[in-house]
Amino acid sequence: MKNFSVKHIVATGIGAALFFVLGRFVAIPSGIPNTNISIQYGLLAFIAAVFGPIAGLLSGLIGHFFIDFSFGWGIWWSWVIASAVCGGIIGFLTRKLKIDEGEFDKAGIVKFNFFQLVAHLISWAVIAPILDILIYDEPANKVFVQGLVSAGVNVVTTAVVGTLLCIAYAASIPKKGSLKEED
Amino acid sequence: MNNIFNYIDRPSPIHSLTGAAKFVCLMLWSFAAMTTYDTRMLAGLVILGLILFRVGRIRIKDVSFVFSFMAFFLVVNTIMLYVFAPHHGSEIYGTCTYLLGSGRMGLTAEQLFYQFNYILKFFATIPVVLLFVSTTNPSEFAASLNKIGVKYSIAYAVALALRYIPDIQKQYHEISQASQARGIEMSRKAPLTERLKAASGILIPLILTSMSRIDTISNAMELRSFGKKRRRTWYMERPFAPADLVAMLLCALLILISVWLTYVNQGRYYNPFK
Repeated sequence: MKNFSVKHIVATGIGAALFFVLGRFVAIPSGIPNTNISIQYGLLAFIAAVFGPIAGLLSGLIGHFFIDFSFGWGIWWSWVIASAVCGGIIGFLTRKLKIDEGEFDKAGIVKFNFFQLVAHLISWAVIAPILDILIYDEPANKVFVQGLVSAGVNVVTTAVVGTLLCIAYAASIPKKGSLKEED
Repeated sequence: MNNIFNYIDRPSPIHSLTGAAKFVCLMLWSFAAMTTYDTRMLAGLVILGLILFRVGRIRIKDVSFVFSFMAFFLVVNTIMLYVFAPHHGSEIYGTCTYLLGSGRMGLTAEQLFYQFNYILKFFATIPVVLLFVSTTNPSEFAASLNKIGVKYSIAYAVALALRYIPDIQKQYHEISQASQARGIEMSRKAPLTERLKAASGILIPLILTSMSRIDTISNAMELRSFGKKRRRTWYMERPFAPADLVAMLLCALLILISVWLTYVNQGRYYNPFK
């Protein structure tokens, strides 16, 4: 829990609240159960990239838990955990990016998108289906198709929404050394 | 703020349990329902859940909002289960009794029974989740997390999320209306990519204001020395009463039954086909 300051706690809370609002009120069903075209994963990637793995993990966990809660279809633990893992992995992989110091150039965009691709594949195409098989004993081909579809959808939405958010946020921060002494 | 989670303030024995006890019960219950696939146990949980619904004085009308989601979810899931693996039931129960047709898409009694159990499993947790949502004050929920051993910084993050969901929702709505007034199309009339782009257009102002909100709140909390001590007190926290302990014990019993049934059935399933 090193480096988990008050700011990270607040970012976790606000991140979870944003995740909830986007997931609950802006969801577009894709036709496969549990699988919405959900722009909240773009936000989750952004929060994780800026505030690190613990904030990412907890925002995903709390936000997704609340979404399942408010829909009232029971808590689908396998997918809640996958969301948390996804936020955690993105936060861990992107720890070298300095978006919060205003740096997000082309190389940063490529790295960010590669990392989010890896994280989404691990969480939706591996963790969620395996947990679904363990908990609900669902047929493997069904859960892996579900997982791959949602991984694909989430990668695309994160690539669009997450990248845009990172660019906008990095641009809003004055860069280090951007002030010059007058001659 | 309580309306999003449908908290209904109506005195009942379940309302008067502490949030921490109810949360523990919810976890134990859903864990018990998760581990077992025994038809009798699942049916028992469904009935018990419905009885608790009466005890909590929650009416069907109060929770009718979930039915459309639930119906959609169940119908699609049921169809998918069948299309992807019409013989999953036979694999589980080890026999194959055709009721209709034959071959790959033939309907077997085992498949029917498996899918019935799947739906039952679904209904075994829904009543308690709804009950928890309707009878627990969200602020007390955050306090209760700390009580059962979650670090208070995390419990506080949960409390913050609950506190700011309505604000963010309102802000999202305002920004969305402002963008629509400027001619950005968000409705079904626009193609999907356009809608995604429009949604990102709303997101950027929303996120940037949220980032400055994070600064404001964390400064305020730091000024009040948040996080300097190892423990903190909660306004909404209540001590455990005997009823809480009884409720938690009963739910722990459910897990024991579930484990015992797994042992008796030699597996998670109750098999009527043998």
